[in-house]
Amino acid sequence: MSLSSRFENIEMAQHLCGKLLDPENLSDETRHWILMALREALANAIKHGNGQDRAKRVHLEMDVTARILRIHVRDEGEGFDPEKVEDPLAPENRFKTSGRGIFYMKTFMDEVRFQRAEGGGMELFLTKNLAGGKEKEEKGS
Amino acid sequence: MKTSVREGRGGVQILDLKGKITIGSGDVQLRETINKLVDEGKKNILINMQDVTTIDSSGIGELVGCYTSVTNKGGKLRLLHLPPKINDVLTVTQLITVFDVYESEEEAVGSFAG
Repeated sequence: MSLSSRFENIEMAQHLCGKLLDPENLSDETRHWILMALREALANAIKHGNGQDRAKRVHLEMDVTARILRIHVRDEGEGFDPEKVEDPLAPENRFKTSGRGIFYMKTFMDEVRFQRAEGGGMELFLTKNLAGGKEKEEKGS
Repeated sequence: MKTSVREGRGGVQILDLKGKITIGSGDVQLRETINKLVDEGKKNILINMQDVTTIDSSGIGELVGCYTSVTNKGGKLRLLHLPPKINDVLTVTQLITVFDVYESEEEAVGSFAG
């Protein structure tokens, strides 16, 4: 699907993702963290990718096959170097008001991968094994 | 998000939040409410998180920003009734150690006197 760059659309995408996950009988906890990761991915694309330019779109694909959730988000922005994203756990970043979204995605999903899209923008691939996530081990550590 | 402010013992400002603190919905509102209290010289602020249903990285960022604003003005900002999932998102980013968190309003309000 293709969304305009409005934060209000995040709710709709979360709702659809929830519907996709319904047959998987996930725990409330696992479901919550997946939807939070999706929220962060879309917020990142809308705010940092497309700069909230409503003429730019966010392209979203979600699929569950063999208990693997795959989410693909593509924005139409300038792109960025994922290697230059600062570590929010570093003491000098502790009190910054932004910079935690990618960290949360990495915490709650099994795979988070960025790449520059052909023709511009960034692509983000999120993967979650619905048969057993990692959030329980990492959460609270 | 809905916000309401009431005054507790010793002039402590208790900010009751209800709903979502997410990007574009509640994050800026939280900052503006806290800034208004600070501008009015109210430096001891307790945020009651009991009815916060969802928070994201933007909401967490605003909480951190509010903490810094209040602390820089010589005040104290503390949290009350942290829902488990919000506790989790503060924990994984190691912010849980930044905030003083209370389960009892009476105890929380009393803590500002010390």
